[in-house]
Amino acid sequence: MSKLLSLLFGRLPIGWLQLSHSKGRLIAAVSGVAFANLLVFMQLGIMGALNNSTIAPYALLDTDIIVSSQAGNTLTDSDNIAQVWMFQALGVPGVSAAMPIYIGNLPITLDDGTSVTLLVFGVDATKPAFVSRAIAQLLGQLTIENTALIDKGTRGIPPDVIADIIAGNAFSFEANGRTISAIATMDVGGGFLADGMIVTSDQSFFRLFAARSSAASNHILLQVDEGVSHDAVATRLRAILPAHSVKVQTVQEAAGADLAFMSTQRPTGIIFGFGVFMGILVGLVIVYQVLSTDVADHLGEYATFKAMGYGSSFFLGIVFEEAIVLAVFGFIPGLIVSMGLYAGLVSVTGLPVEMDVGRAVLVFLGTLTACTISGAIATRRLARADPADLF
Amino acid sequence: MADIDAIQVQDLNHFFGAGDARKQAIFDINLTIERGGLTILMGPSGSGKTTLLTLIGALRDVQFGNIRVLGRELNGADQSALVQLRRRLGFIFQAHNLHESLTATQNVMMGLQVHGPGNAAKQRAAVHHILDLLGLSDRWDYLPGNLSGGQKQRVAVARALVSNPEIILADEPTAALDKASSQTVVELLKALGQRRGATTVMVTHDPRILELADRIITLEDGRIVSDQRNN
Repeated sequence: MSKLLSLLFGRLPIGWLQLSHSKGRLIAAVSGVAFANLLVFMQLGIMGALNNSTIAPYALLDTDIIVSSQAGNTLTDSDNIAQVWMFQALGVPGVSAAMPIYIGNLPITLDDGTSVTLLVFGVDATKPAFVSRAIAQLLGQLTIENTALIDKGTRGIPPDVIADIIAGNAFSFEANGRTISAIATMDVGGGFLADGMIVTSDQSFFRLFAARSSAASNHILLQVDEGVSHDAVATRLRAILPAHSVKVQTVQEAAGADLAFMSTQRPTGIIFGFGVFMGILVGLVIVYQVLSTDVADHLGEYATFKAMGYGSSFFLGIVFEEAIVLAVFGFIPGLIVSMGLYAGLVSVTGLPVEMDVGRAVLVFLGTLTACTISGAIATRRLARADPADLF
Repeated sequence: MADIDAIQVQDLNHFFGAGDARKQAIFDINLTIERGGLTILMGPSGSGKTTLLTLIGALRDVQFGNIRVLGRELNGADQSALVQLRRRLGFIFQAHNLHESLTATQNVMMGLQVHGPGNAAKQRAAVHHILDLLGLSDRWDYLPGNLSGGQKQRVAVARALVSNPEIILADEPTAALDKASSQTVVELLKALGQRRGATTVMVTHDPRILELADRIITLEDGRIVSDQRNN
């Protein structure tokens, strides 16, 4: 370690030697950084799960452009849109096909008495082109009334029941006075949106939700001709459809807008953002405290070095070296413990909490930055190292 | 350039404090110290000898008058010029001021690395050589916490001398040492200074050292009251 740092800095690694000399302080500082990392990772993990949940339903669909009501917020939190716009849209050059999609929340009571809410997607069972490849070949089976595909991760449904469905034994449950048969499974992972998701045919959907009609869907999904720019078609659609009541988004735009909405307009997103901020603050304070105490404890030595002719950049170098050492040594245990806790969260809540490389890199860079900032603040104390006091 | 005097002090006055608490510590000092030799500054405490030493060492800003060290004017010099100058000086303090986290070798290495990274193996060899000269050949990798007071002060001497400073400034280097250790330290200091052609200025009260001095300057109340040369 010492040799490596010597090569890196081209001088004795004073910062590292100083930190490793007082083991207690090093352990406290590293634990502090690790703890701050843990806080940030947990918040980001849950926020990531929220984001995953928000856009997970998009994975069910295969569409290029989504036409929705302006009054809606997200894919699953939307208002109704009149069917007439679908026929208008089909007349626009570049639009090859259209399908209305119906979405509703269905509370059900399971055999063991627990209540869960399912998010129901009603689609045209004769249009497999509008759903993901994974469920397209199952879609035909939904033409049988009151059948559904159920998400494997649905809360309240034990794993053996899911295994049973996969084995070919349909699972039936009561909802709104009807018996629904889950005849096959799919893999969505809704997490925060609902306890689970099912896909039914539009006909079964209208039976479950008597108040809904085919005249008003939640969204209109459009597919665009091969080789035609989605943005260009969306622009054409916007020119025709009334902007005050209808919004036209490419699927990427829609997913992005949903994420932005959930992270800035909904309390959950803001809470987790705040949590990240708190974690960073804790880390900053701990590192600042450790580094500034360390500077204060070594003022005599620093004053000696100043007298010997070391300039201020040398002392800044020591403090930043310590900041980097703390960042690296704190990050590693922070990452490992966080991954353990992620696994725990997944098994307890079923939320799609996962560590991705991008997040780990982001947090590491954030840790380096935060430690450097703390170091920069701590260096203010260096000015007090006055070599004239040594005599 | 070699014939320039090591230290030239002209009309030096220095004050501490401000307003009513302002107190003059140095009064009209004029002094020239040639290159080489051991000059001792003596005087009761509060006589201004340490203040004079820190002013010469570029550790304090010159207020009134002029000090030229190795031909460089200190009055009005900018910070980086002072830092550059300090690298040509060697300081030995009353307390050893070694870095507790660094071994003897590493502490002495700091005296070399102030001139730049350089070749680590060569630097190490130079450090070990001077530690050997000071009788610390079996203490290379000891932390200061595991060295005796005399050994620590010898490491501090090695740190000050390792980069061949042109001027060595020492403030009561033997104050914290017993008789035998202080004798060893000063004899080594003088021998190394002579061999390397350095000018040594030392503040001391220690009468045993006076006979080793080439010149003894006595201060009282901020003024030079005697200036003797031993020939």
